Amino acid sequence: MASASYVETQSRPAAFWGLLAAGGLFLLAAFAAFLHFEHSGHVVTGMDNQIVWGMPHVFAVFLIVAASGVLNVASIGSVFGKPIYKARAPLSGLLALAMMAGGLAVLAADLGRPDRLIVAMTHFNFKSIFALNMMFYSGFFAIVAAYLVTMMDRSLNGYSKIVGFLAFFWRLALTTATGSIFGFLIARTAYGSALMAPMFIIYSFAYGLAAFLIVQGSMYAWNGLTLDARILARMKNLLAVFVGAALYFTAVMHLTSLYFAKQTDYERFLLLDGGIYTTAFWLGQVVVGGILPLALIFAPGATQTRVIAASVLVVLGGLAQMFVTIVGGQAFPLEIFPGYAVSSTFQDGIVNSYSPVLGEFALGFGGIALAFLITVVAVRVLRFLPQDDFAALKAED
Amino acid sequence: MSERNDDRRKFLAAAAAGAGFVALAPGIRLVEIAAAKPDNEAVTARVRWGMLIDTTRCQTGCTECVSACNKENHLGEVKKPRTDAQWIRKIDLKELKTGRALSLPMMCQHCANPPCVDVCPTGASFKRADGIVLVDRHICIGCRYCMMACPYKARSFVHEPHTDQNPEVPRGQGCVEGCTLCVHRVDRGGTPACVEACAAAGHNAMLFGDLNDPESAIAKRVREVKTTQVRADLKLDLGVRYEGI
Ligand code: SF4
Ligand code: SF4
Repeated sequence: MASASYVETQSRPAAFWGLLAAGGLFLLAAFAAFLHFEHSGHVVTGMDNQIVWGMPHVFAVFLIVAASGVLNVASIGSVFGKPIYKARAPLSGLLALAMMAGGLAVLAADLGRPDRLIVAMTHFNFKSIFALNMMFYSGFFAIVAAYLVTMMDRSLNGYSKIVGFLAFFWRLALTTATGSIFGFLIARTAYGSALMAPMFIIYSFAYGLAAFLIVQGSMYAWNGLTLDARILARMKNLLAVFVGAALYFTAVMHLTSLYFAKQTDYERFLLLDGGIYTTAFWLGQVVVGGILPLALIFAPGATQTRVIAASVLVVLGGLAQMFVTIVGGQAFPLEIFPGYAVSSTFQDGIVNSYSPVLGEFALGFGGIALAFLITVVAVRVLRFLPQDDFAALKAED
Repeated sequence: MSERNDDRRKFLAAAAAGAGFVALAPGIRLVEIAAAKPDNEAVTARVRWGMLIDTTRCQTGCTECVSACNKENHLGEVKKPRTDAQWIRKIDLKELKTGRALSLPMMCQHCANPPCVDVCPTGASFKRADGIVLVDRHICIGCRYCMMACPYKARSFVHEPHTDQNPEVPRGQGCVEGCTLCVHRVDRGGTPACVEACAAAGHNAMLFGDLNDPESAIAKRVREVKTTQVRADLKLDLGVRYEGI
């Protein structure tokens, strides 16, 4: 592999157009779902007055959280000055923008009145954490874009460190704000924990790095390159640290919740008898998203393929976690009259059911497709393939 | 009332049917007109509209208030309980310890510190000076964050296209809505439709009035008997109070 000069990417036009077509198809399906929902109303979705945020939010929040996490790779490079991460900073910035765009698009497409997006951008309730999030998201675009420019334009390289710092703190604040969307819902037992916001940061590290490793792995494979074993080892170990930390924090959160009497009913629901939510938690979030990837990473002789597989599992586990947090939190009955058994025509006192329709998944996958398309095109026209300086790497060893 | 009002209503009907979601003129929106008081009287914070519900009078199985609300606000009968709008609903309760059964209507509690208003990104959810919490359906983007935030499940999302509007109560697909305390009637000096219906049925379980006016029936009653704010632990200072729970 070359060290000083840029590693050129391979063109493979047929395959490139194939990727675009595949992504486009998903995007088209999402657009069809969007038109259908907006025309007929949300009655044609699985969402209702009890489960007001469904599958689209699961995907959207996942993408947004992962977007802020993927920027971590760049931060480690610029803020903490690690060369192998520095070489990956441009790709990390690109992925952050792409996933953020995908997530926000899904969020917007699921609004009751997406035609009023302009209203959302001009009317701000400054008390609302949601409005605050929108400002964080717009700022995120601007800062990360500036960061990319300073990294890719040699004459501006000098600014990249300072902009990198800004991006680092901005994304921490952004993820905290995203986590706080749930923290502010005082009435809902599921979101009562103060650990919600910090937990979202830990999750974002894991999901973001996993997404990065998938894309990086695919890019190397596309160009017939192999990632240097030392780099692979470091990055997979970092993923293990993040996944382990996410598991640990999840455990701490549920244990502290069990300690508070008010929360025990919800914990019982989630951990024991919540049906699909219990399954999604244990099987999805814990086993698929935590234990299996750790096993894959730590089993001797990890290969690039195995690291990609572990990353895919982390992403799946992340989607399961969002499903548990967002939908599970709404499925658990809102306690309006503690100490009473209640019933009504408005599903009071019962566990709400939710059967998402295909279109909701289409919308969610559309967000991923949008991020995918942005990435594929950008990687083709600009140099995003990590350019490792092996001499420096050796000197470090 | 006056001819002017009739004219205005006709105009509103046309505007609601034709323009739908377009603001009538800069700064003027349907909801504000619907909420405007006649006789050029401003909404004032001297008044705090409230309701007191006597659960010992509320009959299990009676849904007069619900029907009256659906009729007044053109919500229609509840055919799809999961997605149809329900601004007011009857909840049947059974105390777990004693087995005591009771029934009560639940609707927007018109919180003085409303979480729905706090979280609303656009400011579509707002509280009038007189304590009535409303949604400006021309600013609402249908994000449903307020529904996530309301501790009483008091809000509904309009899941389907609908026809048949009460021109005084603008509604729209893709927006969130909830009990308005029949602001259009109250501003004319009337009472909410549910309260009227409950009295007409002879139950008199709902008392409406100005909590700030020491001479009002509701303020007197609140002084005399023990009343409860639901989930008082959340300290939202509710406009709707209950007796007998
Ligand atoms: S009861 Fe719910 S909808 Fe009504 S003011 Fe309070 S939080 Fe808002
Ligand atoms: S649904 Fe409408 S009223 Fe509710 S928070 Fe969103 S914009 Fe505000």
